Amino acid sequence: MFLNNDVTAKTAMLERHIVQPADPEHPTILSTEDLHVYYGKKEAIAEGDLRFASNQITALIGPSGSGKSTFLRSLNRMNDRIATVTGKIMYRGIDINQPDIDVYEMRRRVGMVFQRPNPFAKSIYDNIAFALRLRGVTDKHELDEIVETSLKQAALWNQVKDELNKSALALSGGQAQRLCIARAIAVKPDILLLDEPASALDPVSTSQLEDTLLELKQQYSIIIVTHNMQQAGRISEYTAFFNQGRVLEYDTTSHIFTNPQVQITSDYVSGNFG
Amino acid sequence: MKSTEQLEQQLKRHSKAAKLEIWGKVVSFSALLLIVAVVVAIIGFVASKGLATFFTNHVSLWDFLSGKSWNPGVTDAHGKPEVGALPMIVGSFLITILSAIIATPFAIGTAVFMNEISPNKGAKILQPVTELLVGIPSVVYGFIGLSVVVPVTRTLFGGSGFGILSGTCVLFVMILPTVTSMSVDALRSVPRYYREASLALGATQWQTIYKVILRAATPGLMTAVVFGMARAFGEALAVQMVIGNAALMPGSLVDPASTLTSVLTTGIGNTVMGSLQNNALWSLALVLLLMSLIFNLIIRLIGRKGRLQ
Ligand SMILES: Nc1ncnc2c1ncn2[C@@H]1O[C@H](COP(=O)(O)OP(=O)(O)OP(=O)(O)O)[C@@H](O)[C@H]1O
Ligand SMILES: [Mg+2]
Repeated sequence: MFLNNDVTAKTAMLERHIVQPADPEHPTILSTEDLHVYYGKKEAIAEGDLRFASNQITALIGPSGSGKSTFLRSLNRMNDRIATVTGKIMYRGIDINQPDIDVYEMRRRVGMVFQRPNPFAKSIYDNIAFALRLRGVTDKHELDEIVETSLKQAALWNQVKDELNKSALALSGGQAQRLCIARAIAVKPDILLLDEPASALDPVSTSQLEDTLLELKQQYSIIIVTHNMQQAGRISEYTAFFNQGRVLEYDTTSHIFTNPQVQITSDYVSGNFG
Repeated sequence: MKSTEQLEQQLKRHSKAAKLEIWGKVVSFSALLLIVAVVVAIIGFVASKGLATFFTNHVSLWDFLSGKSWNPGVTDAHGKPEVGALPMIVGSFLITILSAIIATPFAIGTAVFMNEISPNKGAKILQPVTELLVGIPSVVYGFIGLSVVVPVTRTLFGGSGFGILSGTCVLFVMILPTVTSMSVDALRSVPRYYREASLALGATQWQTIYKVILRAATPGLMTAVVFGMARAFGEALAVQMVIGNAALMPGSLVDPASTLTSVLTTGIGNTVMGSLQNNALWSLALVLLLMSLIFNLIIRLIGRKGRLQ
């Protein structure tokens, strides 16, 4: 019995069903090769080779502690001072996991939104202008314009257009999270990484946020970590299933949900996990 | 029916825990009363003595605050006692502000290093060092000032070496650890996600420190500086050892001068209770007390504003 179990687990791993997206309309914009992430000696990502299609939404799902956040944070080098990341992270043909990469410039292209809405204790306007001012944009008209378009894209403009100078800390959770999205897209990134952006939000704000993301995918390639299976089903084209630091399955979302190849995935997406 | 009565009995009987709670309240309330009484008594005593200069000895408040010569035992040409406290007030403020101005950048720089740039080294080396420095008695600082700072000042700037400059140097070292450790606390209370948000937007570490962390920590940093100033303003012994104790308007930073505290400590043993000389010293003490109340008030105001942000 024992032996048998072990063997099944191994074959499951070896035959991990990983279909990389091959859609000529949405070429790969980001991919990882031989990626390993270590916290000290502990290996948190052991198998994490994925390709991400441009202008699509890719969902990362999996049980708690499976390494989704670790993986996501490695993609724009937010783990630099926290973990050791080996392997390649190819962004438009360039390995951005190299020491000679200017991470600050890279993060402008690969933006990130966190689980907990984290606006600065500044005005709404200054929150969005923050990254622009860092890059030397001082022209008032230009700033005004970018603040407006970013807020519109994040579907927050109508609610805050008359109080841009109000403290961002006075916003509701859902509004604050949209502000964070507006702040991230103000610098016009290529890729947007989101780590459970809706987990602190109520259902109404969550569905608004999902609509926003569906809009944003016209311009940005989106990778989103979520614990919410319905959410992954609603918004993503591709889904990767993480378990114990490995990608067990990666496929179109409809495949993952209707026809998972690995038993664990099937258990997880149907809610029978553990 | 019976069970209701039983329950009523149980609920109405004062259990041991309930009695203990009453006792606890009584004890802590009396402790509080005692402290309040002591504080009120001190303020009342200092105020009554300090105000006697003006009400019993009929010195005008204006003369006291603006007069430039301090010699309570002597009367001037107009028959008024010489109780001009301006030189001491100026001395105290000068030395406080100068030492705070010098200490602030050092303290914030050290705090940034300890908390942001190298938390490991900060925790291992700088933390124990600052804690040690806080614990050194002020007489030791004064003694070092007397045997090192004063001679160096004398060599560099001439004169006796005693004066505001030496006092400032000693106070700078004395308040530095306090301001530093409070600045570290201020930086530590800035949520970690501010740093992440800033870095994820492509800010460098320096930009993050400068534009996000220091901004968010400003109320805490200001509190740290005001605390340092309060300490500098009230420090007596170390300052008295290096300032020269001349109750004169200081012509320069290297002329002997005095502060409210240094005049108090040197003079209080040489006067008779109830005399003008004695009352005048109490007036200085009253000024000190009021100033420390004002410092406290400022700290509270900053704290409240910080919370409202
Ligand atoms: N800063 C850290 N230092 C050390 N270990 C960490 C750190 N962050 C995460 N880990 C470990 O790495 C593993 C993966 O964690 P990670 O946060 O990536 O999981 P996750 O899939 O995002 O989980 P969740 O769904 O709960 O957010 C876990 O075992 C976790 O304990
Ligand atoms: Mg996570």
